[in-house]
Amino acid sequence: MSDAARHQALIDALGAELTPVRRLLPPWRRALAWLAIVAVLAVALFVRFGAGTMLHRWSAAPDLGVAACGAVLTAITAALASFVLAVPGRPIRWAWLPVPSALVWIGASGLGCLRAHIPGMPVLNLHGANDCLIFIVSFSLPLSGVMIWLLRRACPLRPVLTAVLVGLASAAASASLLEICHNFDAAASDLVMHAVAVALVVGLNALMGGRLLSRA
Amino acid sequence: MAQALTFEGPWVLLRQPPPRGPDSDKAVPTDIPSASEQADRQRAAWMAAAQAGDQRAYTRVLNDSVALIRAVARRQGVAVDALDDVVQETLLTVHRVRHTFDPSRSYDAWLSAIAARRAIDLLRSHGRREHREVHDEFAMDTHADREDASTGTLRQQEAERLRKAIETLPPGQREAVEQLGLKERTLAEAAERTGRNTGALKVNLHRALKTLRDRLHGES
Repeated sequence: MSDAARHQALIDALGAELTPVRRLLPPWRRALAWLAIVAVLAVALFVRFGAGTMLHRWSAAPDLGVAACGAVLTAITAALASFVLAVPGRPIRWAWLPVPSALVWIGASGLGCLRAHIPGMPVLNLHGANDCLIFIVSFSLPLSGVMIWLLRRACPLRPVLTAVLVGLASAAASASLLEICHNFDAAASDLVMHAVAVALVVGLNALMGGRLLSRA
Repeated sequence: MAQALTFEGPWVLLRQPPPRGPDSDKAVPTDIPSASEQADRQRAAWMAAAQAGDQRAYTRVLNDSVALIRAVARRQGVAVDALDDVVQETLLTVHRVRHTFDPSRSYDAWLSAIAARRAIDLLRSHGRREHREVHDEFAMDTHADREDASTGTLRQQEAERLRKAIETLPPGQREAVEQLGLKERTLAEAAERTGRNTGALKVNLHRALKTLRDRLHGES
């Protein structure tokens, strides 16, 4: 069979089994659905812990507030970027979208370790820092799972890059949620543990999520 | 006409006259889309109709896509004799992910991204295969294949791997491989035996071969 005939045979076969399909919703609406899940978790944490501790920390040390805003913005922009990049034909420069907010998040968190401590607020010891790691990882994994499940309906042609963005969005969302119940001042051990948690989540996503998405 | 003149008023006299010269016939207003843009829009409209189930529009857009897929694959560095493999893989992917196309955007950009990815996949799989294969004429001359016990065992192991890989295929794909590949039945015979139409059998066979290729190359 010649190549032209092979193509024609395949096109005829694909045409014969054509069924109407439901078009994929725009990326921003799909990202919004995922962010709604994060918002529900945030509301649940606010109900449980209240906003008092968080607001006290922010008023005493505005850099913590800036870092938290950076984390929230990183979660939003990384989620949007991953949903956009999962649609074929969208420019790869979307991957840069979460970078500025991630820099604000990381930069402000790092600066927090250099200033004077908030009076009356404990500094985290290693045991407490472990709890942060567990919190971020245990919130990130289901959030990543949901996003990968949503992304598999699209067609991520760059699975590893998309999975890295999924990891970044989930880790940033979890760090934002942690902010609600994080009753500690910034310290180097805390910052290191946050960085380890984020790196772990992004790395796991790149490894596992990339594989799952490449089969989508 | 009088109305038009009244509306335009004296300002019409101040406008620049249209440029005249050797190229004046070619001058095209910027708001009119170029031929390639028009073709792109036409393909986008066909694909939008295909998403709603229009078979005629679908075969048209797929037929129209073949040349573009070949051009993209060529740009990616795919050899001429492998271009048609990229076309086949891309058409199958287009079919699977047709719901991701947004008719308000360029069809050509959407298709090119998929074709480029499939071209890269093909180049990578060829790269892996060449890496595994030995191209050493001296070795070929001095160590010709001998039918010893290990060759038989190796063949048995390969057959076993293939058999296991076929067993793990989804039922429709397994059926297509068994009927068309192993039992060497014609499409019509296979369709009669399985109760499926020939189109579905062909698509299932294409998918099964792709899955088997991926699995067997991925394992080794």
